[in-house]
Amino acid sequence: MIVVAFLAQVLRIVVPYLLAASGGVLSERAGIVALTLEGFMLTGAFTATLGSYYAGSPWVGLLAGIAGGVALALLLALATVRYKADQVVAGIALNLLAIGGTRFFLRYAFDSSSNSPRVPGFGGDGGGAVGAAATLAASAQNPLVWIGILTVPVVAWLLYRTPFGLRVRAAGEKPEAARSLGVPVARVRVLAVAGAGALAGLAGTYLALDQHQFTDGMTAGRGFIALAAVIFGRWDPKRVAFACVLFAAAETFQIQLQGAQLIPSQFVEMIPYVLTIVALAGVVGRSAAPAALGKAE
Amino acid sequence: MPVTQPPAIRLAGVRKTFGPVVANRDASLEVAAGEIHALVGENGAGKSTLMRVLAGMYGPDAGTVQVAPQGAGALRDVTGWTTAEAIAAGVGMVHQHFMLVPTLTVAENVVLGQELTKGLQLDRARAEAEVRALSQKTGLQVAADRPVSELSVGEAQRVEILKVLYRGARILILDEPTAVLSPPEVRELWTVLRGLAAQGGTVVLITHKLDEVVDISDTITVMRAGTTVERIRTADTTPQAIARAMVGRDVALALDVMGAGDELHAERVERRAASVEGGAVAEAAPARGRDSTLDARRSALEVTGLTVAGARRPNEVDGVSFSVAPGEILGIAGVEGNGQTELLEALAGLARPTAGRIALAGADVTALGVRARADAGLSHIPEDRHRRGLVLDWSIADNLVLGLQHRFSAGARLDGRRIDENARRLVREFDIRPADPSLPARALSGGNQQKIVIAREMTGRDYHVLLAAQPTRGVDVGAIEFIHDQLRRARAAGKAIVLVSADLAEILALADRVAVMYRGRFATVLPRREASAERLGPYMTGAAGAEPAA
Repeated sequence: MIVVAFLAQVLRIVVPYLLAASGGVLSERAGIVALTLEGFMLTGAFTATLGSYYAGSPWVGLLAGIAGGVALALLLALATVRYKADQVVAGIALNLLAIGGTRFFLRYAFDSSSNSPRVPGFGGDGGGAVGAAATLAASAQNPLVWIGILTVPVVAWLLYRTPFGLRVRAAGEKPEAARSLGVPVARVRVLAVAGAGALAGLAGTYLALDQHQFTDGMTAGRGFIALAAVIFGRWDPKRVAFACVLFAAAETFQIQLQGAQLIPSQFVEMIPYVLTIVALAGVVGRSAAPAALGKAE
Repeated sequence: MPVTQPPAIRLAGVRKTFGPVVANRDASLEVAAGEIHALVGENGAGKSTLMRVLAGMYGPDAGTVQVAPQGAGALRDVTGWTTAEAIAAGVGMVHQHFMLVPTLTVAENVVLGQELTKGLQLDRARAEAEVRALSQKTGLQVAADRPVSELSVGEAQRVEILKVLYRGARILILDEPTAVLSPPEVRELWTVLRGLAAQGGTVVLITHKLDEVVDISDTITVMRAGTTVERIRTADTTPQAIARAMVGRDVALALDVMGAGDELHAERVERRAASVEGGAVAEAAPARGRDSTLDARRSALEVTGLTVAGARRPNEVDGVSFSVAPGEILGIAGVEGNGQTELLEALAGLARPTAGRIALAGADVTALGVRARADAGLSHIPEDRHRRGLVLDWSIADNLVLGLQHRFSAGARLDGRRIDENARRLVREFDIRPADPSLPARALSGGNQQKIVIAREMTGRDYHVLLAAQPTRGVDVGAIEFIHDQLRRARAAGKAIVLVSADLAEILALADRVAVMYRGRFATVLPRREASAERLGPYMTGAAGAEPAA
């Protein structure tokens, strides 16, 4: 039973990581640093809440969540692709914009500085089951869980099996070569970043609808953990998914041990970042960052 | 001169500026269909820019570009077209710096931008089959399914050409295609280009190697200072006349580049031997006796069993031993990627050898870092001036003290006045142009950038050993002459020089002994008088076996 409880909890935690990190892979393989995953998620969480609240339907919330993430992503694309702003600076600026913007509109729309009212989420009462089984059953009824799991093979297929993926990889590795062959590198990069915004927006949607509300700063660094997973997974969708599961397992472990006080929780929280540093230091093999990552085309 | 065939390309009055820099002014070019045309000129003469205007990468500020679509028929005005339009009209350019995505396979690189699909997916099998067919048809041999990062430079270039031909190019522009090729690879390339021309294709070849021009081209256009100054039929001219047109004055051509002057070489060797030996006239006489006498003297650089671990092979440098005497140039020839880069990096202190010993003038420096080795009398002209030789965004003056900054300090700060004085002196002495030390190195042509590196490495410190890696790569004839002259002077002054070059003619023109590197080992070491392109070729390709390391 404890195993089922553990797995149910991992599944619940890993979904937003899978969504955001898959988006991160898409963006970074095209050469745009995915520092703004956090901002995309937060914006998506907020717009999803708005959509679900006003339409009374989580499906509208889902679409609104995608739209929120994409909107911020297009802003990032405008700054970095069109105006060739430094990607790290623009990325950080947009994260700050997302934090401030959601806080402002939270107050504006719901007259609260902490959280929105309760909004409809996806079904999931667990069908009368209790405990871990209920968690698992609720997850199985949540379409976002399935979308999150399917995102991994879909992004892998897109990246390695389609002309668009080939262009994305070329744009992130050697954009001048792609351009010399008539590949519209700017457009490819904008599309890839928009894709990252959509997927990270879905990740935020999952968080908000799972809680049935938006709370201020509710992503709490999950976008950065997703980015860490992208790096730890060496920019490959399947390895990145594995990293997400690893990080989610560590987090679950920490939650379940919280009562026991065996290890200070801060140490467990460090795990994704420590692993990422270890990965970057080349312990897991040669780091394989896209060569043109962070560079204007 | 009348053009017999109808023209396939006509550029007239082309002007192209980049900010204050005028790259092309009133440049004109006419190339007939089915012709191999050489576009020659010094570095910075505007050859590449003019060809990029033709290929649609730049729009000209003034002038017209006309091209016969698919390389035949009536000319059409295409001024200011895009790369995509140029490709569609059958105009393709092979760039000097490869435009390949290293992480993709050969076939993926070839089809990028014109992907074949099966439903929504890439049709990888068909792409590979088509690349194989094209490779067979043109003689450009390369495995379609290998990642480009695993290819040799020669193979990578074949992919570049395949890429352009795959798009149906009938007008092929090649920018310095032989800079990185071994002699057999160059011959192969010529065969391919002749084949294309015979089938009615038009080839424009940017180069500054005059022997190539004479070998392969039908007609020549010479560029100087951004404009086209002369159009000549190759059969009607001589290398000397071309060089004069390029530089605007008479140039002493590196002897072996011209395939003449063994006699002159012998004379030079004797003259030099005399100067090195100083009073010892007895040894100055026949060139044949020199090799043994050089080895007999105390060596300036002694390398024993040097081994460097690598990424592609277990050992990039595999137990190499050699020594270089004062006043000697050891030339290291070989196809690139056989460990030359790693060898020099290990010698310079940039890479740590896994085994072996390096001694400078008898003192073991194996454990020392770059700066300590430099202080012990080692100078290094690195292979890649952009990566290792220069900070492109720094001024000429600052680049001239790079790595020497501790000698230009006043207390804790840099002594700006001495740096300026140093820069003004070296800019004058080495004829670095433009002669404004405050300009960023990026603003200079390749030849002038290289002069900064050479000036710094050859005057900045009191060195005994000079490592010169590809010292004239991407450098124009005038600057080559100058750099070769500097190397000869250094030798005459008793410096020991290790010269690595992909250009065999350069090795043969300068070296006293020639080593050929193949798969991390010295395949052979020959005295200059026994070395020739024919003799060395088999060692370069691994056809001749490795002798025990010298």
